[in-house]
Amino acid sequence: MKQIAQVEQAYMRDDLPPFGSGDTVRVHVKIKEGDKERIQVFQGTVISRRGGGTGATFTVRKMSSGIGVERVFPACSPNIDKVELVRKGSVRRKKLYYLRDLTGKSARIKEQLTDAQKIAAGGAASAAAAEAAKPKAAAPAEAASSEEEKSE
Amino acid sequence: MKEILGQKIGMTRVFMETGEAVPVTVIQAGPCPVVARRTVEKDGYEAYQVGFGSRKKQRVTKPRAGQFGKAGVEPTRYLREIKFTEAEFEVGSRITVDAFKAGDRVDVTGTSRGLGFQGGMKRHNFQGANKTHGQSDRWRAPGSIGQSSYPSRVFKGLKMAGRMGKERVTVLNLEVVKVIESENLMLVKGSVPGHRGALLKVRTTNRAIR
Repeated sequence: MKQIAQVEQAYMRDDLPPFGSGDTVRVHVKIKEGDKERIQVFQGTVISRRGGGTGATFTVRKMSSGIGVERVFPACSPNIDKVELVRKGSVRRKKLYYLRDLTGKSARIKEQLTDAQKIAAGGAASAAAAEAAKPKAAAPAEAASSEEEKSE
Repeated sequence: MKEILGQKIGMTRVFMETGEAVPVTVIQAGPCPVVARRTVEKDGYEAYQVGFGSRKKQRVTKPRAGQFGKAGVEPTRYLREIKFTEAEFEVGSRITVDAFKAGDRVDVTGTSRGLGFQGGMKRHNFQGANKTHGQSDRWRAPGSIGQSSYPSRVFKGLKMAGRMGKERVTVLNLEVVKVIESENLMLVKGSVPGHRGALLKVRTTNRAIR
């Protein structure tokens, strides 16, 4: 097994950002047409990461004019030009296959905030709560994240 | 013709420059020290007796130890005869994986995995029978195995359930994807017979190159 890892070493890609299930990513894919090469972007939610070594893949799901489209990318493929992490998602499981049965509002994923963002959002929310009379003052995004704050 | 002994390490996936994913088997091939030489004059055919793997000195029988000692090589786990016509080797020298290069076509011989006692469907690709249409307990049965009062017996060699696997299998015309000389490793496209760690013979293919 050690020797397999050694062989795979030459093909592994360490230039992709760390991302996981629930994250929104932009995958830049190289596409060859005859002798021309161009880059196509596929943006969606990562619903699965599986496998290890050079055999690892990840699945990106997006809604394309009302139809769900999923693409499975080999995580070490040289055909992937780059992966951009657009948004970290906060999810409670590693495989988000349940999203296939959901559409619209219920298919949303809450954003995972960094500690700094949480404090900023929490501070704003509690300041808003202090105003008491009109709690609507807090922006919708901040309200959503303040719920997270309470649960801790 | 080139030939070498090796050991199956396992399978993985590699990528070509074109972005194509290729399933490969990793084979640790050689180094194989030449223990003896068979010649037309003395033995009636040309071949090399080579070793592969390693074995502790105290685990080698005295006659074997004598053979290894005469050739001046460390005792090896396996001792096999191979044909190698493209280069000459002295007794005591080593045949290594750099005899092969990426793009070569090879045949790989080994002993397939033992699968134990298996039914006719798995062992001989029998069709089985209907699951429905009034049947019960018969969907993996072999069906008729012969006639009636004549011949009143079952013919020898009839395909039936039984021990499967653990036989000599050669996979022909596999492509060498990569050779890593420093680690004595060879990457061959596709699967090869045997379990991990199984002894393999890798030789230049005898299939015509298309």
